[in-house]
Amino acid sequence: MAKKAKETQAVKPINTDSKFHYTMHLMKMNQSCYWMMLPFFLLFTLFTIIPVVMSLPLGLTSFNLVQFPKYIGLQNFYSLFVNDDIFLIAIKNTLIFAVFTGPFSYVLSFLLAWLINEMNPVLKVFFTFVFYAPSMTPSAYVIWQLVFSGDSYGYLNSVLMDLGIINSAKQWLTDTRYMMTVVIIVQLWMSMGAGFLALRAGFQGIDTALYEAGAIEGIQNRFQELFTITIPAMGPSLLFAAVLAISGAFTVGTVGQQLCGLPSTGYAVHTIMNHANDYGSIRYEMGYASAICFVLFAVMLITNHVIRKVLSKYTD
Amino acid sequence: MAEQIMDSLESANAKALKKLRKRQKRKGDIEKARVKKSKGKHINGSLGGDICIFILLFLLGLFMIFPLYYSIVQSLKPISELFVFPPKLYVLSPTGENFSNLFKVAGNLWVPFSRYVFNSVFITIVITILHVFTVCCCAYVLSKCPQIPGYGFANQLIVTSMLFTSTATWIMQFVIMAKMGMINTYWALILPQVATPMGLYLMRQNMSTINDAVIDAAKVDGAGAFRTCWQVVIPNQKPAIATLIIFVFQGAWNIQGGALVYKEALKTLPTIMTQIAASGIARQGVIYASAVVLMIPPLVIFLIAQSNVMETMANSGMKD
Repeated sequence: MAKKAKETQAVKPINTDSKFHYTMHLMKMNQSCYWMMLPFFLLFTLFTIIPVVMSLPLGLTSFNLVQFPKYIGLQNFYSLFVNDDIFLIAIKNTLIFAVFTGPFSYVLSFLLAWLINEMNPVLKVFFTFVFYAPSMTPSAYVIWQLVFSGDSYGYLNSVLMDLGIINSAKQWLTDTRYMMTVVIIVQLWMSMGAGFLALRAGFQGIDTALYEAGAIEGIQNRFQELFTITIPAMGPSLLFAAVLAISGAFTVGTVGQQLCGLPSTGYAVHTIMNHANDYGSIRYEMGYASAICFVLFAVMLITNHVIRKVLSKYTD
Repeated sequence: MAEQIMDSLESANAKALKKLRKRQKRKGDIEKARVKKSKGKHINGSLGGDICIFILLFLLGLFMIFPLYYSIVQSLKPISELFVFPPKLYVLSPTGENFSNLFKVAGNLWVPFSRYVFNSVFITIVITILHVFTVCCCAYVLSKCPQIPGYGFANQLIVTSMLFTSTATWIMQFVIMAKMGMINTYWALILPQVATPMGLYLMRQNMSTINDAVIDAAKVDGAGAFRTCWQVVIPNQKPAIATLIIFVFQGAWNIQGGALVYKEALKTLPTIMTQIAASGIARQGVIYASAVVLMIPPLVIFLIAQSNVMETMANSGMKD
């Protein structure tokens, strides 16, 4: 798309003498487009862009919400990387979570959306509902706490003990050996949310005439159809789900906090997000929390850039 | 020489005949496929595959639907069953006691209960309408008008903003709202929700799959940007809009005013439900009952939105 914009601009201006005038001319020509963008961008600037821009300098201050922010330079970032060993643990945990939950939840939601798309219309609605249900149920964590409960009445423990696989109850949520695995599983289970629904919409938006054409051209089975027609046709939805998967994978933290508490035993599932929440909403050191958020933002921005490069190779 | 030519001609003839037969056979297949499709089945699928997929999805589905099932079961349990440990996964003597308790408490509130219901319904509807309208207009420009200056920058801005976490920004958001005098009004609940970038990016990505030729045709016919958007592009975006409505409705319905609204008469239904549920340990069943009650509107919207998306609607009138 951006390439196209350059091409149209590269056309020699007819009735103008400088680039500035030409831009003004284009803006005047497309006035209605700007009017259409105005309502959203007005609110978006007010409630997202200005707060983000205003909170970036907070990372350079010491701010406790009561006194006026005091400028302390790069000291926050210095202590983050040099003095704060918990932050280093948090980075390590976040990367582990991102590597395991991000790609897996992305592929999983794509596969499920595809399989559901193969069903007949009534079953489609039914299964979409079933797989989206965890996102609509507020008490989802309570169930997992029961399943992974540390005493012998916990569902997982009692089943495993009945089968004779383990002899004594395992502390799934407080033993540092199991915590990471447990949280990754629950996170994957929770991940059938927005990305999944968007992919479903992407599948439904594909022109059915393409499939008929494919059948005429000699496509034999579902898999050929998937790789030759479906994936190229829904490139933009794939990108959208990828962005959601990235931001979801790097901001993992709520699940760990709900299941294992904050801070978790030995910081085994402590992530950057948990660290930011710890300083932001418990200790009220907003300057430090902003610095943490900024680091997280930078990491996500780089990942997003890389993934877009890779995906655009396949989808265009 | 002549014989060779004759031979090659013959073989070419035979090849052509073979091709023709193959094509006829394929044509038959296609006709069969058409018949199949009219029954609502997939064009390149087989019955065996369908059954395999169904079994797989069904088993995974049991795993996914579990918390929903559990919440409903818990809300129907009488007190004697609620405190059994470990909790049973079924209910022996279902009762509506929890629900009637919930509404009994709700009926004795200082501000009439209907006021909270009105607040939630009102802001949810306003947010949904405003969000869908502004997002559709903006997404059309961001996906289909690359000639305007600032196009690339605006797109980059939307994607980047989706990656920013709110932990650091909520203070500044509050400061801005306070400066504008929005705290303690409906505006504080409505406007920030209208401006979320996720829905915009969803619509933008979906609209970019629409054929440029259709938009050019609309332009030639004399339609302006606004008219092209609402009469040509939007009618072809039903699946995406259904998804957008589900997202925004669910988000809006679950708004917990929090620090933004502290006047009792402006609080939303989820806030008051949490307050009722949090006021005592003996109310275990009431917590689940309130969760179930709160879940109903998003569920209804979800089912309506999803089942209205007809496959045949997608890209109708998009033939080249």
